[in-house]
Amino acid sequence: MEAKRRTATSGEPEPGRRAATKILVEKVSKSFDGKVVLDGISLSVAEGESLVIVGSSGTGKSVLLKHLIGLLEPDSGKVFVDEEDVWALSDRERNALRKKFGMSFQEGALFDSMSVFDNIAFPLRRSGRPASEVRGRVKECLEIVHLPDVGGKRPSELSGGMRRRVGFARAIAHEPEILLFDEPNTGLDPIMTDVIDEVILELKERLDVTIVTITHHMESARKIGDRVALLHGGRILFEAPAEEFLRADHPAVKQFVEGNAEGPLTVDFERQGAVPAGPGGSPSPGESGGGPTVPRPPREEA
Amino acid sequence: MRLFEAIGRRILSLLEEFGRFFQMLGRVAGWTFLPPYDLPEHVRQMVRVGVDSIPVVFLTTLFTGMVMALQTFNGFARFHAESLVGSVVALSLTRELAPVLTALMVTGRVGSSMAAEIGSMRVTEQIDALTALGTEPVQYLMVPRVVAAILMMPLLVIMGDAVGMYGGYFVAVQLLGANPVTYVENSFQFLEVSDVTSGIVKAAVFGLIFSMIACVRGYYTEGGAEGVGRSTTRAVVAGSLAILFADFFLTKLLF
Repeated sequence: MEAKRRTATSGEPEPGRRAATKILVEKVSKSFDGKVVLDGISLSVAEGESLVIVGSSGTGKSVLLKHLIGLLEPDSGKVFVDEEDVWALSDRERNALRKKFGMSFQEGALFDSMSVFDNIAFPLRRSGRPASEVRGRVKECLEIVHLPDVGGKRPSELSGGMRRRVGFARAIAHEPEILLFDEPNTGLDPIMTDVIDEVILELKERLDVTIVTITHHMESARKIGDRVALLHGGRILFEAPAEEFLRADHPAVKQFVEGNAEGPLTVDFERQGAVPAGPGGSPSPGESGGGPTVPRPPREEA
Repeated sequence: MRLFEAIGRRILSLLEEFGRFFQMLGRVAGWTFLPPYDLPEHVRQMVRVGVDSIPVVFLTTLFTGMVMALQTFNGFARFHAESLVGSVVALSLTRELAPVLTALMVTGRVGSSMAAEIGSMRVTEQIDALTALGTEPVQYLMVPRVVAAILMMPLLVIMGDAVGMYGGYFVAVQLLGANPVTYVENSFQFLEVSDVTSGIVKAAVFGLIFSMIACVRGYYTEGGAEGVGRSTTRAVVAGSLAILFADFFLTKLLF
């Protein structure tokens, strides 16, 4: 066990900060079929912090999120959760570690062989909670996402937005220490978007959980994020506290915040003669693989 | 040159498939004996593999037994060996036909649905969701299916042996006018316990093979709905071929 434990980084950051680091990503690279999606990315999330990751579609935000919980193994680099190297653990230890997490997926990823109730009850039952407690908690979670009456339905009977909210409810059901939200409010109406934001805020304040959220909504990012990071070309281009991020003078950040089709984030695609893809476009991951035209700003890293 | 590249690629992908199969076999074997044990899920899979396959296996073996009797009776009549029909039907069914045909039918029926189910769970991120909830997908999805196939296949084959032999008896006695007493006597005269048990052992191995191939194909599905279709087809084709190959080597080994 001792061999697998390591202090967060090899000693550079000040000791005070190290103790509070919940998740640490160290120079992680990942390619799929030769396409570089993550290019030596480093990132740290402090305990109780809410980090929002923004970036154009297809820049590897979901891939990054999946590395945090050990769903994907990095080609190189390391991921530490509570100072444990995720990929130095055995299968069983890694599964135990994952129980600290709650993750909501882009399309909900509900188990379609089960009812909504059983979906949300799944993590509770697997951890051996008594039936009465499970019932109460599932009801509570469904009320949180404003869907009190769908427990008996099948996921296939729900709309996309409802499935996403049930996925959200399942992610928070077992009251995990770390929550990962992959675009929790994309495709929801404005009211539900706000409801989800409120829930995230409340979780953050009440339970002191660590939260990493991927979103396109700058408004949500401002509301729920302590810190916002812009991911582009497989690296963190810029990160700053939320308010500072929105006012930042960085050209790429400005382009993203204001939602311009033209700017440093899209230079790559224009040069290749492809359709300019602003935020919300969907370039394939490799095309944005850190071309020389993307200005490299002074990066703020731990 | 292109030809050699293509051949090389095929061989590499075949080897990769083998590698995945045996690697996953190891993981399934390991997770089978680790808690938590999900008994209800095991039972559900046994019903799917076993109980739900009864009609298909019943009809397959019944008609196989019937046609065996018909063919051998006509053939053996040419050298006045009609009395051996019962033995031939019994031996060929228990040793060979019941296990192989049952396995092929169940592969088509259950193997395909296993691959499709696990494959669509893969492409809709449900397998990721399982993992994210701290549940090992190998243990939760594969172990109950493989265990169910290994346990249920022998039972189906025992039923198939009986049904097939009855089919043979029915044709020989009712349609072809053989003496019922001598037919039954002859059926069991040369049949030994080892004939039946070897068929049962084969059945268990076939169960392991088709369920593992289906699960592994499903688990490594990529490419949306089309990918699920591809996985399903490959699970059935690869499963059936593997059963036929394995049958040869098992027969060589067991007798």
